[in-house]
Amino acid sequence: MSDPDVIVVGAGPAGLAAATDLARAGRRITVLDREPEAGGIPRHCGHYPYGMREFHRLLRGPDYAARLRAAALAAGVTLRTRTTVTALRPGGAVEITDDSGPATVSARAVLLATGVRETSRAARLIGGEKPGGVLSTGALQGLVHLNGQRPFRRPVILGTELVAFSALLTCRHAGIRPLAMIEPGPRITARSPAIWLARLMGVPVRLNTDIAAIHGRTRVEGVTLSTPDGPQDLATDGVIVTGGFRPDAALLRGSHLAVDPGSGGPVIDRWGRLSDPAYFAAGNLLRGVETAGWCWSEGRRTARAILDALDGHLPAPGGARLDLGHPGLRLALPQVIGAGSGAHDRLQVRLAAPARGRLALMQDGRTLVSRRIDSLPERRLSLPLPPVTGTEPVILTILEAP
Amino acid sequence: MTGSDPASGPAGYDVAVIGAGVVGCALARAFTLAGARVVVLEKAVDVLDGASKGNSAILHTGFDAPEGSLELACIREGYRLYHEVRERLGLPLVQAGAMVLAWTEEEVAALPALMDQAVANGVTDIQPLTGAEARGQEPQLSDRVLAGFRVPGEHLIDPWSAAHGYLLQALANGAVLMRQAEVLTGRHAEGLWQLATTAGPVSAGLVINAAGLWGDEVDRRVTGESWFTIKPRKGQFVVYDKTAAALAGHILLPVPTKITKGIVVCRTAFGNLLVGPTAEEQEDREHASLDRETLQALMRRGTEILPALARHEVTAVYAGLRPATEEKHYRIRTDLAPGYICVGGIRSTGLSAALGIAAHVVRLAAREFSPLADPVWPRMPNISVEGPRDWQCPGHGGVVCHCELVTRREIEAALSGPMPATSLAGLKRRTRVTMGRCQGFYCTAELARLTEGRLAQPMLDPGHV
Repeated sequence: MSDPDVIVVGAGPAGLAAATDLARAGRRITVLDREPEAGGIPRHCGHYPYGMREFHRLLRGPDYAARLRAAALAAGVTLRTRTTVTALRPGGAVEITDDSGPATVSARAVLLATGVRETSRAARLIGGEKPGGVLSTGALQGLVHLNGQRPFRRPVILGTELVAFSALLTCRHAGIRPLAMIEPGPRITARSPAIWLARLMGVPVRLNTDIAAIHGRTRVEGVTLSTPDGPQDLATDGVIVTGGFRPDAALLRGSHLAVDPGSGGPVIDRWGRLSDPAYFAAGNLLRGVETAGWCWSEGRRTARAILDALDGHLPAPGGARLDLGHPGLRLALPQVIGAGSGAHDRLQVRLAAPARGRLALMQDGRTLVSRRIDSLPERRLSLPLPPVTGTEPVILTILEAP
Repeated sequence: MTGSDPASGPAGYDVAVIGAGVVGCALARAFTLAGARVVVLEKAVDVLDGASKGNSAILHTGFDAPEGSLELACIREGYRLYHEVRERLGLPLVQAGAMVLAWTEEEVAALPALMDQAVANGVTDIQPLTGAEARGQEPQLSDRVLAGFRVPGEHLIDPWSAAHGYLLQALANGAVLMRQAEVLTGRHAEGLWQLATTAGPVSAGLVINAAGLWGDEVDRRVTGESWFTIKPRKGQFVVYDKTAAALAGHILLPVPTKITKGIVVCRTAFGNLLVGPTAEEQEDREHASLDRETLQALMRRGTEILPALARHEVTAVYAGLRPATEEKHYRIRTDLAPGYICVGGIRSTGLSAALGIAAHVVRLAAREFSPLADPVWPRMPNISVEGPRDWQCPGHGGVVCHCELVTRREIEAALSGPMPATSLAGLKRRTRVTMGRCQGFYCTAELARLTEGRLAQPMLDPGHV
C-alpha cells in the first residue's frame, strides 16, 4: 500500500471528522484505530444526546458512531481497525502492529486524535482491597452496550461530572439501580439539569463524601465512605469510578513530541500543530473531556489547518509560550500562541479548584483579554485568543476580585 | 486437575507439595527433575495467589542476609541457579544493580558494617560511593543523599513468570497440579501420607509444607501441632507509569533495619517504577488492604529520593503479605513427623531463594529417585521489557490490552495449555492485561468476552441486560 497524505491516529469523533474533510478535499487518508470498529467512545454510550451539531438530529452514541463511520467511508477514507500504533517517529513516521506484525507507515502529516480515559481507581489511591466489580464508566459501558452484560445490581457511583450521569443512564438501561452518587467536593460538577436525572432515578447524591476503601476479596462487598460525620460503611456490590478524564497520551510520552504537564496532552499552537510540525492533534487528547460535538468540530477545524500545511500555507512554527500564573489553573491551550488565525481562535481553560475572579491573559504586564469567572474544575471555560506578537511568554492568571 | 493420569493419583505420589507459591513451584520442579512423582496442592483457584502475588520482584544477592544463615545459603544458591536456568526457561533478567543509600549521618555510620557483611556473605564486588558518585551514576537522585555503596549483582526479574516457569517445567515432566485443593487433614501409616483435601484424597510418601501464609495451619492439620506462628506482614506498593522508569537505572535501597529491608525504589521487569514496601504487622492472612494515607506517604518517600517522581502518574497500587513468623530466620524442619518437611517462614526473600530452598530440601529429603536424564524445558513467553514481545511477531490476532500491548494470541495461550489461568488475577500475572495506565478502561469488555465461560472464577458474575 502506498503511503497516504495524512495518517489519522484514532477513529473517534475528532479523528473521523478530520479524516472525512481531508478526504473530501481530495487527499488520501488512512485512519488507524486499535479497536475492532471505528467510532470511538460513542460506540459504547448507548444513550442520547449525540449528533445535533453534526447531523441535526438526536442520536444514541452507537448510531452517531455509525454515521461518522459511514461519512468517512463515503468520502474515501481508508479505515484500518485492530491496528495499534506503537511509536511516533520524527517527520511523520508511525510504527504500527496488527495481526500481520509490525510495520511503519509514513505521511506528510499525522493527526493524533487518541482521546481520553478516566482516572483509574488506583491513580485515585482508593484504599481497601481489589475485588472484581470496580469499573470505570468506559468499562461499564463496554460491558453493557457491547456485551449485553450486567456486572452488578446495586453499585455506588463515584463522581458527578457529566460522565457520571452517562453512567447513570447506562445503569438505567441495564436495570442496575445505583445506591448513591458520591462527590468529594461541595457541589455537583456537571451543570444543574443533570441532577434531575439522579432525582428521577431516586439516586441520592452525597456531597463532601469520598470512598475511602473498597471491601471484598473476589467481589465487591462494601465500601467505607468518608463523610462530614465520619466514616460510614455501606454494603454494595460494585463501584463505578467516573470521570477525572485525562488525555490518552501514552504515545506522546514515549515520543520526541512536547507534552504539556498541565493538560497531560500535547503542546499545540493555534493550528493544532505539535512541536514536530509533521504532527497535529485534535479532540480530547488535547485536554481531557469535551463533548463529541466539540471534538468533531475541532477535528474539522484542524483538518483545514492540515490542508493549509500540505499546501505550504501555514506560518512557520513559533510564537510565545503560554504559562499558567495562578495555582487555581489546571490547563490552557493552545500552549504556543503567535499571530494569525487557525483551528483555535479561543483559549480553552480548565480550573484546578473552584475559582471566582477575573481570568486574564497578559503579556509584558499588559492585559490582552479578560473575563469574569465563577466556576468549578472540569467545567468549560474560554477566552477569545488575540493575535500575539513576539516570543515574550504570555501569562494566564486569575485576578482576585478587589 | 491438570495433566494428571487419574489412575496414578490415589495410588500414591512420591511427593505432595502443599502450596503453589514461588517456593512450592520451585520444590515441585526440583523433586520432579530429581525423578519423583509430584503432586502440587493449591487451595486457591490459581497458583501464586498468596504471598507470591505481590513482592518487589528483585533477585537479591544476599549481601545483607544474616551471616552464616540458612537464608543466606538459599539466596546464594537460588541466585546462582536462577542464572543457570533462566535462558532455557525463557525467564528475563534486567541487570540493574543496586545502590544502598544513606540519607542521615546515622545511616552513613552503618555503611561500613553493611559492606563488611556483604563481603563476608560472598558478595565481594561492592563499591563504596560518595553522595556525589551516587548522583553521578543516578542524576535524578536527590542531592540530600550522603553516601552509599553499589551492589552490581542485584537484578530485576519477573516474579510471576519465574514461578510459573518452575511449575510448568514440573508439569511438563509429569508432575500434577490440583487447584482448589485445600488440605484438610493428614494421616501417616505404613510409610504413606493420606491427605484429605477439598478436591479429594491424595496419598504421598513425602509431604512438604510450602503453604506460606498458612504454614502453621497446615502443620497443625497434617501433623497435629504447629511449632511456629505466622505473623503476616503487609507491604503496600505504588507503581508509577512507565515514563518514570527512566528516572533510576539502579535499584535504590535504604540502609536496612533489623526488621525490614525498608522502602525500595526500583524499576520493574515490565518497565514501570515501583516504590515500596511498607512493613505492617497484621493478624489477617487473607486480606491485604490498601490505605490512602500510607500510599501517599510512600509517594512522598519516593519523591524525597527522586524529586522528579512528583511529575509522574501512578499506574497501580497493591499490597502483599509476607509470611513472617515470630523469628526472623527460615523455619525449615524435617523432624516434625516421618516423611514430612516444613518449609515455613520464607518471609521476604522467597523469590530470590526459591530455587536454592528447593535444592536444599531435595538434599534434606535424602530419598532415592532416579533423576530425569533429559527433562523437558518449556519456554515461558516473554512479557518483560527484556526481549521481543508477542505484538512484534505476525499472527498475534491484534492487541487487546493497549497499555501493556497484550495480544489476543497471548491471552488465548494463557487460557489454555497445561496450567491455564483460572481467574482474572491469574490472567494478569500471566499476560499483564489491565495492569497498565488505564487499568481496564479500554479492554475490560473485550476481556470479559474472551474469558466468558473459561475462568473457574469469572471476571464478573453478570446477569444479562
